[in-house]
Amino acid sequence: MENTTTQSPNDRQHHGAAPGAGAAAPKTELLLSMYRLMLLIRTTEERLAKVQASGTLPGPVHLSVGQEAVAVGVCAHLTDRDWITSNHRGHGHFLAKSGDLPRMIAEVFGRATGVCGGKGGSMHVADVSKGILGANGIVGGGIALGAGAAWSEQLRGDRNVAVVFFGDGAANQGVLFEALNIAALWKLPLILVCENNGFSEFSPSATVTAGEIWRRAEPFGVPGLAVDGNDVTAVWREAGKAIARARAGEGPTLIEARTYRLRGHVEAEMTFLAKAYRDDAEIEARRALEPLTQTRRQLDLAGIAAATFPALEAEVKAQVDAAFQFADESPWPAVESAYTDMFS
Amino acid sequence: MAKKRMVQAINEGIAEEMARDPSVVLFGEDMEVSPIGDTRNLFERFGPARVRNTPISETVMTGMAVGAAAAGHRVICHLFYGNFIYTGFDAIANQAAKLRYMLGGQVRLPITFMAVIGGGRSVAAQHSDSMHPTLMNLGGVKVVMPGSPGDAKGLIKSSIRDDSPVFFLQAAGRGGESGEVPDGDYLIPLGKANILRPGTNVTVVAIGSMVKPAQRACDELAKAGISAELIDPRCVMPFDFDTVVDSVKRTGRLVIVDEARRTCSAASEIAATVTERTFGTLRAPARRVTVEDVAMPYSPVLEKAVIPDHHRIMEAVRGLMQ
Repeated sequence: MENTTTQSPNDRQHHGAAPGAGAAAPKTELLLSMYRLMLLIRTTEERLAKVQASGTLPGPVHLSVGQEAVAVGVCAHLTDRDWITSNHRGHGHFLAKSGDLPRMIAEVFGRATGVCGGKGGSMHVADVSKGILGANGIVGGGIALGAGAAWSEQLRGDRNVAVVFFGDGAANQGVLFEALNIAALWKLPLILVCENNGFSEFSPSATVTAGEIWRRAEPFGVPGLAVDGNDVTAVWREAGKAIARARAGEGPTLIEARTYRLRGHVEAEMTFLAKAYRDDAEIEARRALEPLTQTRRQLDLAGIAAATFPALEAEVKAQVDAAFQFADESPWPAVESAYTDMFS
Repeated sequence: MAKKRMVQAINEGIAEEMARDPSVVLFGEDMEVSPIGDTRNLFERFGPARVRNTPISETVMTGMAVGAAAAGHRVICHLFYGNFIYTGFDAIANQAAKLRYMLGGQVRLPITFMAVIGGGRSVAAQHSDSMHPTLMNLGGVKVVMPGSPGDAKGLIKSSIRDDSPVFFLQAAGRGGESGEVPDGDYLIPLGKANILRPGTNVTVVAIGSMVKPAQRACDELAKAGISAELIDPRCVMPFDFDTVVDSVKRTGRLVIVDEARRTCSAASEIAATVTERTFGTLRAPARRVTVEDVAMPYSPVLEKAVIPDHHRIMEAVRGLMQ
């Protein structure tokens, strides 16, 4: 596990690392727990895909299948007192930050027991008590919110941080550059995690994004690096360094986690798109590199018995079954609730 | 009680709230030198952590205000000219106005967005809009528009203490005007109109910058034997319809004076709602005195023609009295 597939140039990779931060690899128990969490996200989202296909979900779902290592590797370093902001593809971030699975599914189902009472849905799953300031339906919308939360934590001085998860599409919103500028000037405890999943909605990244995203930090004097976003160990290691620096008052970092979106921008997208924007062969080639397979290999090498995994899968499946059953049996919200919560 | 300029009254209100509550922070462009005058000496008094100059970056500022408020601070975000609200509008319309709702009430967003609005100083169309109707339509933000220095102090203090996003929109041309300002902890509840003068023939509702020309119009109308009841709503979202409806039920006539453009102005909404509630007692259709649907011109001659003055208000009232 010493030889990871981090893609950043060596001269930026270890920029400003805080002393003590940045162990090369997580202990085996942690790696196994991260694998379990990735499996939970995967199993949940594959179930959501099925439910969506059956036509019983009220609204759209954007799944992060194939991208789980980014959420899990980063959030392993965070506590409930740290903040995250996320995007429309936010189920994984929510679960990785200890969000409650049954209440998340109930929210996607639009039920009263949903974590937002059924007012937000899939694109707005949030649990503020866990430091989850929300998934967000505006591409790039979480960037400034995260910068604000980081500023608030800096003012309080409790060494808490804010992590913003955003996509390669959001990297083309101007707010990223405003946030990099102010975060650099104010040394905000902010970690900008760009999940480059290869597609800006329905457009391949190369057709809409110039240059390399991690390099966009450089002119602001902010450490930037690219990491293999499908390798949870590499994500965990680089995020650990960035978060330690932020906690030490050393300011922001931009991490470009390179991953691949195995499912569509939104479920059922081929029902309304004029033509495909990628071919199946490409998807299959990338499937071989997906994070669960990679992590499983690392666990095998670390000596985890093969018999561990069927039991783990059964346990996760039971957890997901229970969550969907809870959501399915939950009541719809009272109509009166549509008229509350506009103001405090 | 002492006579003070409006910017001084606002400054006093902010300083009192920052002294009272250490979670209040203020940020915006050029806060230290305070080109408007309303944040003068706050940097020296409260220090660089709580009073912060920002880059000219409204897109991130408005979003940061939401994030910092959600994370527990009480935020004053000074946007300078009101037209820059449009520059930072994404986080205003998509986050500040909706985040609490979308999250099912999980967050409080105590944010005061400050800006100077309106025309009258030859700064042309991109520095002269009155965008309060746009903000009123968002639903999730309050909109405060003080008409006098005393009200400005009481309203800025209530705005800062409010747990929801509030826009505190100061009339750009009025900051230097003096008025009596109560000392100490003076608060005016948001959403409560003020009857500035009682009258029996017509109800005149004047918003923000329009209070002063409306006062002059009412004085001159009184000399001509027309008794106008003048109401300053002080806050257009929420709007104190009860006070206006009660007045119109007595006078039977309504004129609304608003520096916004006519189409979908605050005046339009007030006319519609008050008419719905008083139709049987109205003696004539409500009249709106507004800017026509044009951008604010630069030349003082053109600008004077566009912004409602006491003549146009008197003309509207006289039209209703015939």
